[in-house]
Amino acid sequence: MSLSISLTINGQPRTIALDDPRVTLLDLLRERLDLTGTKKGCDRGQCGACTVLVDGRRINSCLSLVASLDGADVQTIEGLADGDALHPVQAAFIEADGFQCGYCTPGQIMSAVGLIKEGHASGDPERVRELMSGNICRCGAYQGITEAVLEAQKVMADKKGRNAA
Amino acid sequence: MSLDAPSTNARYGSNAGQPLTRRDGVLKVTGRATYAADNHPDGMLYAVTAVSRIARGRVTSLDVEATKAHPGVVEVMTPASRPPLAHDPDEKMPPFGFRIEVLQDSTVRYANQPIALVIAETLEAATEGAALLNPQYDADEPRTGIDDGLRFDPPAVGVGGPPKAAFGDVEAGLAKAAQVLERDYVTPAQYHNAMEPHAVVAEWDGDHVMLDMPNQALAMSCASYATYFGIPPENVTIRSPFLGGGFGSKAIINGPQILAILAARALKRPVKLVLSRAQMYGPVGHRGGTWQKLRIGLNNDGQLTALHHKSISATSSFDDFLEPAANASTHLYASPALLSEHEGIRLDTGTPGPMRAPGEASGSAALEVAIDEAADACGMDPLDFRLHNYAETEPGSGRPFSSKALRECYAEGAKRFGWAGRPLASRQMRDKNGFLVGWGMGTALFPCPHFPAEARATLRADGTALVETAGADMGQGAWTALAQIAAEALGLDPEQVELHSGISTLPDGGIAGGSGHTASAGLALNNAGKDAIAQLSELATNDPASPLFGAGNIGVEARAGRLYRRDDETRSESYAEILARAGRREIVGTAKASRDPAAAEAHAMFSHGAVFAEVKVDPDLGQIRVTRLVGAFAAGRIINPRLVESQYFGGMIWGVSFALHEEAIIDHRTGRIMNADLAEYHVPINADIPSLEAILIPENDPFVNAIGVKGVGEIGITGTVGAIANAIWHATGVRVRKFPVRLEDIIG
Repeated sequence: MSLSISLTINGQPRTIALDDPRVTLLDLLRERLDLTGTKKGCDRGQCGACTVLVDGRRINSCLSLVASLDGADVQTIEGLADGDALHPVQAAFIEADGFQCGYCTPGQIMSAVGLIKEGHASGDPERVRELMSGNICRCGAYQGITEAVLEAQKVMADKKGRNAA
Repeated sequence: MSLDAPSTNARYGSNAGQPLTRRDGVLKVTGRATYAADNHPDGMLYAVTAVSRIARGRVTSLDVEATKAHPGVVEVMTPASRPPLAHDPDEKMPPFGFRIEVLQDSTVRYANQPIALVIAETLEAATEGAALLNPQYDADEPRTGIDDGLRFDPPAVGVGGPPKAAFGDVEAGLAKAAQVLERDYVTPAQYHNAMEPHAVVAEWDGDHVMLDMPNQALAMSCASYATYFGIPPENVTIRSPFLGGGFGSKAIINGPQILAILAARALKRPVKLVLSRAQMYGPVGHRGGTWQKLRIGLNNDGQLTALHHKSISATSSFDDFLEPAANASTHLYASPALLSEHEGIRLDTGTPGPMRAPGEASGSAALEVAIDEAADACGMDPLDFRLHNYAETEPGSGRPFSSKALRECYAEGAKRFGWAGRPLASRQMRDKNGFLVGWGMGTALFPCPHFPAEARATLRADGTALVETAGADMGQGAWTALAQIAAEALGLDPEQVELHSGISTLPDGGIAGGSGHTASAGLALNNAGKDAIAQLSELATNDPASPLFGAGNIGVEARAGRLYRRDDETRSESYAEILARAGRREIVGTAKASRDPAAAEAHAMFSHGAVFAEVKVDPDLGQIRVTRLVGAFAAGRIINPRLVESQYFGGMIWGVSFALHEEAIIDHRTGRIMNADLAEYHVPINADIPSLEAILIPENDPFVNAIGVKGVGEIGITGTVGAIANAIWHATGVRVRKFPVRLEDIIG
């Protein structure tokens, strides 16, 4: 049995011949498409390391079956930078030292991109901490993560303002 | 901390002390940093372990046929079919070797022990195949509580540490005390829970094996794997550029990884094994629980007359790693009589192992609360009490400290926190919402171990350098800090220094553990760099065509890619010029470095710190929030303040976790852990963490090693746990002596 699934991954249309209905989006990305930037930390939606954007929304890719995603637009950490130019969230994570081991980082960054896009974060650090709490960082880089989200948000708003002007 | 301020630790012309961003930053934010499980050699198979649901007994049957019948399953490894190993897994392998469970028989020694390995063409098939094994058991009563386990006197605690330290006469000291405090403290079993599960991708080529795995001790692990597989150590290559967190759990060989490597050899195909989160609660180590007792004698002046710290530390039924908790009391507060001792208790769990600040974390948690209780008993401010009992020399031994800027930590931390004016009694402060507010503090302390390490520094014809040492960047920022150290030794900018690391074929970088990696590998790189510069100086000063001719080796100084005459700054030559004229493509400096044994013998070597915490407690619900945390730490010379601040933050967050969150909860009827996942085994999330402040107290240590570096990775936990528990008492008047502190302890 093989299912044909159409996905757009990081802007590229892909047709996936899915030989097994049990495959999650996370395992598809990591084990079958060589997109290993997205990480598996718990495989049950508890840690956030596998966060990607599907149709612009943040999801835990370990909890999504590929078979249910026909036609979806998927963005992963690999699709964030524009060539060598880092996305403002990526640059802010480096500057604020928002990671140590780096394993949860792709998920943290995709979460941050999602929540900034959703317009939920505001400039309130307390609110950012709450909204980033679906992503566990065992190294304890939370202070840097919060700073990075606030800074990236500001940079992106300024850029948007400049473009509008 | 302002990252723009020049560090007082900076040396002239040196990059060290500068807050450079991480060298691996771009790789890590773009998803291009390669962790073990990201590897996918051609023809790779997937292995999944099946684990025991009972904690003690034996497996009586496995439905291997059902598993083999599942499409995609290639092989099932059970005790009946497991290929032989060249080393008996029930024999310990020194120095860090443990007995491991690799299907040697059908015995079950703890819940979550591997009982079979299923290998399949896909991850999905291997996972389902493992679920089809339908194991049957002959179960015995599990022994997982303090009253169930066999007690014993351990020959050693931690990794070969002394189980007992005694100075002076503790009983006499207690007898003459004006008052004696006797208190019991309990700390739970905790699991490392690195974000990256333990993984291996194993690929054999004849009798050579390539292992992609997260590993904190490359050279030591190569030797261990070689012994298990009966091949020379040089036939084992481990690639471990990054670890997704180690915290001690990735320094020691474990059973599941051995089984996957065996499967790869037997099936002649690469095999990948990644543990599930739940499977990390068993065969890969944990922090064993402790039951601690402290007895403190106090005179009328608020000084200690005796300090007795005993820990009953849990280990497994079949091997020993005892949390050396009581040893935390032997280096910190002055007391004419000191006794620290341990007793072991055997439980049906996996064998514990080192977990971030092994011993110091659990021991400091109890000690710092006990000291707070002692201060209260004497009617003294907790900071004044600690200063009153300050150890000018190492308690017991009387040795001088190699450096100890703890007074400065106390002073600076207290100032930044605003400690002055803290009411002595509990339940005195409320915020505008009516929450109870409390302030507490704790002293932080961690030793400075040093591991032998090797490095190579190659000066290249273009004046740049390649430096090499085999270590992993597990988040501490090794690639960055080590390159800074090497650049300083080589007189180059860090951008001119390429660092190769993370593979076992490079010179042995020692162990990334014990907070000793930067000091150990750093000293090796420093010495290798100096060796290269010495050879270069030799070339130049002996060459009549060089402006440095005749200066002699010590007559020149390396700076900004040039050698300068010390007595005449106008005479200098670039590295590239010297190499070109000598017709040399490169100069290779090497070093094997360890600590000077005489300095180690003569001094007590520790990092110190002081942590101040504010908590707010809901008076009706008992809900506890840490609202402020300030730590001031002195840890020798700081190579990169940005990275060091992050290490302190991480340690302090582990302290929050120890105080309020982490605990493996065991169902004593089944011996199984009931919360073996990241939703129910609580670790702090972003919303749990208030604004943190870490203050880097300057400290010059001429004895600890030639680069003056101590360690920063673990000290942040110590002190923080006590500070939070003490703040909870100050807020509520309730003294909780069992960790983690829960709201029912407050309202109960």
